[in-house]
Amino acid sequence: MTGVQDAIQRHTARRERALVTPEGLSLPLRIASRGSRAAALLLDLMFLCGGFILFVVFLVAIGINLDSMNGLRQSPAGELIGILFILALFFSRYGYFLWFELGARGATPGKRLLGIRVAARGGQRLTTEMVIARNLMRDVEVFIPVFFLLGNGFDAGLTGGAAFVWLAIFVLFPFCNRDALRAGDLVAGTFVIEAPRAKLQHAMSLAPDHRQTYRFGEAELSVYGEHELQVLEGVLRIGNEESMQEVAEAICRKIGWDMGRGDEREFLTSFYAALRAHLESGMRFGKRKKDKHS
Amino acid sequence: MALDYLRKIPWFRQAEIAPSAEIEAASLRSDRFRLEREVDWQRLERIVTALEKGRPGRISDDDLLDLPVLYRKATSSLAVARETSLDAAAIAYLEALVRRAWFQIYGPRETLTGWMRTFLGGGWSRAVRAIWLDICIALFFMVAGTVVGWLLVSREPDWFYSLVPGAMADGRVPGADPEVLRQSLDPTADANGLSVFATYLFSNNTGVAILAFALGFAFGIPTLLLLISNMALLGAMLFVFVEAGLGYEFVAWLSVHGTTELGAILLAGAAGIHVGRSMAFPGQRTVLAAAQGAGVNAAQVMAGATVMLVVAGLLEGFVRQLVGDPSARLAIGGVMLAFWCLYFAGMRRRGRQAE
Repeated sequence: MTGVQDAIQRHTARRERALVTPEGLSLPLRIASRGSRAAALLLDLMFLCGGFILFVVFLVAIGINLDSMNGLRQSPAGELIGILFILALFFSRYGYFLWFELGARGATPGKRLLGIRVAARGGQRLTTEMVIARNLMRDVEVFIPVFFLLGNGFDAGLTGGAAFVWLAIFVLFPFCNRDALRAGDLVAGTFVIEAPRAKLQHAMSLAPDHRQTYRFGEAELSVYGEHELQVLEGVLRIGNEESMQEVAEAICRKIGWDMGRGDEREFLTSFYAALRAHLESGMRFGKRKKDKHS
Repeated sequence: MALDYLRKIPWFRQAEIAPSAEIEAASLRSDRFRLEREVDWQRLERIVTALEKGRPGRISDDDLLDLPVLYRKATSSLAVARETSLDAAAIAYLEALVRRAWFQIYGPRETLTGWMRTFLGGGWSRAVRAIWLDICIALFFMVAGTVVGWLLVSREPDWFYSLVPGAMADGRVPGADPEVLRQSLDPTADANGLSVFATYLFSNNTGVAILAFALGFAFGIPTLLLLISNMALLGAMLFVFVEAGLGYEFVAWLSVHGTTELGAILLAGAAGIHVGRSMAFPGQRTVLAAAQGAGVNAAQVMAGATVMLVVAGLLEGFVRQLVGDPSARLAIGGVMLAFWCLYFAGMRRRGRQAE
């Protein structure tokens, strides 16, 4: 394994957490990476902007001129639209994130697209108050810095600089702790985790049985461990001819067999089944073999 | 249920989940274990997906009754599979499935309306009573800010211009003609456009209140500064009107919405101070635990402050502009103040008082 892969794996392992369900089962959770959270936020802001532009285009299309807010006050319909406009601004700033995170998925559309969700730290139930608290803090963490940058807050001189440092503390907060908590997460007792959906793959040992063609003995099967078995499972599920050939050759070299070409899939499937049966029977006796080195 | 009859029509019928193959065909014991149970897993997945989509109506009665059993079956399958099976794909599937099911089964139990009911019927006032000390602190600093604003402008009128933004003063400056000042307190002639104004005020004030809360994160100090600077503005304005002999009229004008609005800002500031104070002095708990406990309580106070600001926006936008008599204005303001005090002190829920 190369150094880069190693580093990536160590980095991912640092984000692993465990959740113990009331049934006493430990479920692995992985903290969402800061990159995916930033991307989710950008997506959400894009959705908000897009929705807002559509709203304005719609207003212009039905013949309302937003330039003259005074003109709006003349007619009752204009008044209604003025109210709607202000409320839409208000709810896109405070309501959008709140509404979606209170839903069953615990995620805004941007978060859902990136496969992450909000959860309570320490295996508690996620409550309404938590979601409210984390989204109230979002104001100083997201919207005020954005307005500051758009409004060119540096022009204010020393106060502008001080405000920049102050806002930077909030923006950079997720980089200063292990769980990538932003200030709102800290106050609310929540964190953002990965929420992948997995499809159930077909069972491996349903493939045609070749136990009569290939017989593997104790010596051949004790070469590899669980890690190699999982790599083999991945290769078989992807089903790329070239990589299967490479893997088959590597295994043959290792166990000292000499195999002709063209029968790699059958060979690998039966080796997989035999190896898994071998390792699983070891498991039943409490013996686990992590990889080929152990 | 009507839905069950619908299912008899082919269009609405959901695909039956069938076992994928002959279980005996599997050569591995762990695969047989999996094939025997995967129908239940897939049934659970279908229920969980419906729950996630917010369409519990699509779940049939049988499925709903079996949900706890299916969930426990899946968790037990996962526990067994981890110890006996090396099928990485099946274990990954089960982990994702159990995690999703856990979030649904042990997820939020209330709907938003249900939450609002408990919130208005006692949760809010309890949260407010719980932070009484912070309310006292915030009140002290608000009064201090008003006094500071008053004193500064009374010593040196130039201070007024640095305290009050030019656009906001709108002719209401020290030494202004009392007639101009009196006119600024007068109600407008008609109600046109007031609703837009009220909505604008609500949205603007809520922004300020949320800012006051969110800044509390830095040990509450920015919140205090925000409270002082906002109230100094009020003190400066108060001085200008009192100097012109319009003190009573100004207080009456302000009290219509001010008792509610300043109350909301007081609560928001107190919520911010509460979070900041808990983080600065966590006591026996860790800083994280203290911040979380305070944050959840403060969030309820803040949700309530938003409600108050809606009321304040309506009072400010309509009532203040339509009612002109100072004593009537003062009466409205006083009634609102009394109402809020009584609500926070008296609204208790029987059965679930202290947590």
